[in-house]
Amino acid sequence: MINPSQVEVDRDKGNFHYDTDYSFDAGVGLSEDVIRYISDVKKEDPWVLDFRLKALKTFEKKPMPTHWATDDLKNINFDVIRYYLAKGQTPSRTWDEVPDDIKNTFERLGIPEQERKFLAGVEAQFDSEAAYSRMKEDLEKEGVIFVGSTEGLKEYPEIFRKWFGKVIPTSDNKFSALNSAVFSGGSFIYIPPGVKLAQPLQAYFRINAENFGQFERTLIIADEGSEVMYMEGCTAPKFETSTLHSAVVELVALKGAKIQYVTVQNWSNNVFNLVTKRALAEEEAEVRWIDCNIGSRLTMKYPGVILRGKKARGEVVSIALANDGQHQDTGAKMVHAADETTSNVVSKSISIGEGRSSYRGLVQMPGHLKGCKNNTECDALLINNNSQTDTYPAITVQGDANSVQHEASVSKVSAEQIFYMQQRGLGEAEAMSLCVNGFVNDLIREFPMEYSVELKRLIDLEMEGSVG
Amino acid sequence: MFFGKGTYSSQLILRIPFLITVNTLKIENLQASIEDKAILHGLSLEIPKGEVHAIMGPNGSGKSTLAKVLSGHPDYEVTGGTATLDDENILGLEPDEISRLGLFLAFQYPMEVPGVTIANFIRAARNARLPKGEKVKAVDFYKELYEHMDELGMDRKFTSRSLNDGFSGGEKKRCEILQMSMLSPKYCILDETDSGLDIDALRVVSQGVNRMRNPERGILVITHYQRLLEYIVPDYVHVMSEGKIVRTGGKELALELEERGYDWIKQEAVA
Repeated sequence: MINPSQVEVDRDKGNFHYDTDYSFDAGVGLSEDVIRYISDVKKEDPWVLDFRLKALKTFEKKPMPTHWATDDLKNINFDVIRYYLAKGQTPSRTWDEVPDDIKNTFERLGIPEQERKFLAGVEAQFDSEAAYSRMKEDLEKEGVIFVGSTEGLKEYPEIFRKWFGKVIPTSDNKFSALNSAVFSGGSFIYIPPGVKLAQPLQAYFRINAENFGQFERTLIIADEGSEVMYMEGCTAPKFETSTLHSAVVELVALKGAKIQYVTVQNWSNNVFNLVTKRALAEEEAEVRWIDCNIGSRLTMKYPGVILRGKKARGEVVSIALANDGQHQDTGAKMVHAADETTSNVVSKSISIGEGRSSYRGLVQMPGHLKGCKNNTECDALLINNNSQTDTYPAITVQGDANSVQHEASVSKVSAEQIFYMQQRGLGEAEAMSLCVNGFVNDLIREFPMEYSVELKRLIDLEMEGSVG
Repeated sequence: MFFGKGTYSSQLILRIPFLITVNTLKIENLQASIEDKAILHGLSLEIPKGEVHAIMGPNGSGKSTLAKVLSGHPDYEVTGGTATLDDENILGLEPDEISRLGLFLAFQYPMEVPGVTIANFIRAARNARLPKGEKVKAVDFYKELYEHMDELGMDRKFTSRSLNDGFSGGEKKRCEILQMSMLSPKYCILDETDSGLDIDALRVVSQGVNRMRNPERGILVITHYQRLLEYIVPDYVHVMSEGKIVRTGGKELALELEERGYDWIKQEAVA
């Protein structure tokens, strides 16, 4: 709770002032005071505070979407969540308190020593300043802007305000409203026309507790003819005290631009990971979402592309792995809004133990369009007898000049396959791993190399517990 | 019943008393069932290293069951008898343990494993036999792999194809022999390797098997038809009926079966 004696109340203005060292935090629970505090700490322009306050009202009005989503959502207690953590305020723990299985995973994945403490929540910051500032220099030469959300809105409103909240309106869903009220951190990126970045931009460079926090807001604008790949997340398990992670990612690909957005998510198993990601693709632009979900208690994420310009292209490549106590509820949304637009969705999920993975796919092609194509493939692999998978395709195609193709499969690793591999000398667990890796192999190759090697190892680790 | 032929000197070596069960795959009075149905009714057989034995028999005699039981298939239950490989018991062991002891089964119906390439699969199998932490050296591995593939008439491009995925029957059997060559087992069981093969494939596969004949290796060929045994000439032929070996002879026995059919054996067994 905010300590009243340290607060100056100017009753005329109706605003709160705080001591400048911000040595206390906003506490737990959500209220208008918390929003004002956040906006004040960040020294935001009035329009941003206004945006937040309106979003808070929208959030409070909207019901939980349990009429279609899992009832597990009811277990989120909004009153005990910390909505803002100032620098130096991260709750931390000692290395001894870190669970053994997390330490083991670091070991097995070969995570560098200095990164382990950060990931485990023992240290608040990961010192990557040197790498980041070098990259920043190179980017500035090309006119690329790569900053956090606070700086983006404050220093470059003429670029970002135009699109902020336009791809994903506050009222899109309860969690986009929440994010719009309390967002902090995330990346705001602008690529000037014609600039094709050779190296991917990584969220990792800008890590500190705030940026890796729960309510990131990312906005990437790729101007005409530009190309960028952005990578976020990591395979190493990320310790998270807070149980809610609700990010919003908006992408804008202007004419002829290309954006690839790569995410690897491995939050600890107590986290609700509810993310809204959407892109606008103008004429001949291309957006690819490459997504891997391995962690969290519940992930709900449906990367989408609104194909607004002729010949625009949208793609979602998704791998999900659900183990005991996990539910990966993922999918894609492709909204065709111009002629000759194409979309492609490939989703592969693996359910282990009692894990559950769901695919929800939305494809819309209105009747007045022509020459549009969609291809969707969703494959599920069940490892154990209790593993679960569901598929909810929602395809609306109208008119007679468009085409949609949807393929789905569910398979089990057969006992005969395992026996065959064992007869060659492979242990049962190893045989399983090989099968599972074989199942997702073509999708893993879509990930940048630094991820694909780690992903394979991570999948092997997850498989180990599953056999027998 | 058994040591009828073979050179005198090999018999001498094999008869040194305390080494009698080393250097053989020895099965005594094996009984096994699947889902409570008894299939093997006291089968006895010995495959010493350096020899090629053939088992022939009518459908339902339990030939494939024998192969599966020896390789540790989980669906089968052993209800009696013993089986040892170089004096080590193999009953009740995991299939991969039996494999690493030196047994290879060339499957009648090899499984498809999508997404796993032939090269990676064989490499994983080789690595499984090395001490923990050691790995096969890629350059040497591929050199050896290509040599064997060339000998078997397999296109080198097959290395990056998914294991057995979409392969024809002939390609699958060739792939079995390729794996067998790369893993250098002590004992090989070929379960109806000739089924589904045309003459050319039969010849190539048989040559592959014959190249593996040596004094350190025992081979058991399970087949329906005598034709395979013209290419892979056995030292002994056994006839199986209703879960047991009912007759043993030289390679001529195969020809006799071809002429007279299995009923003749069945009648003699009953009598």
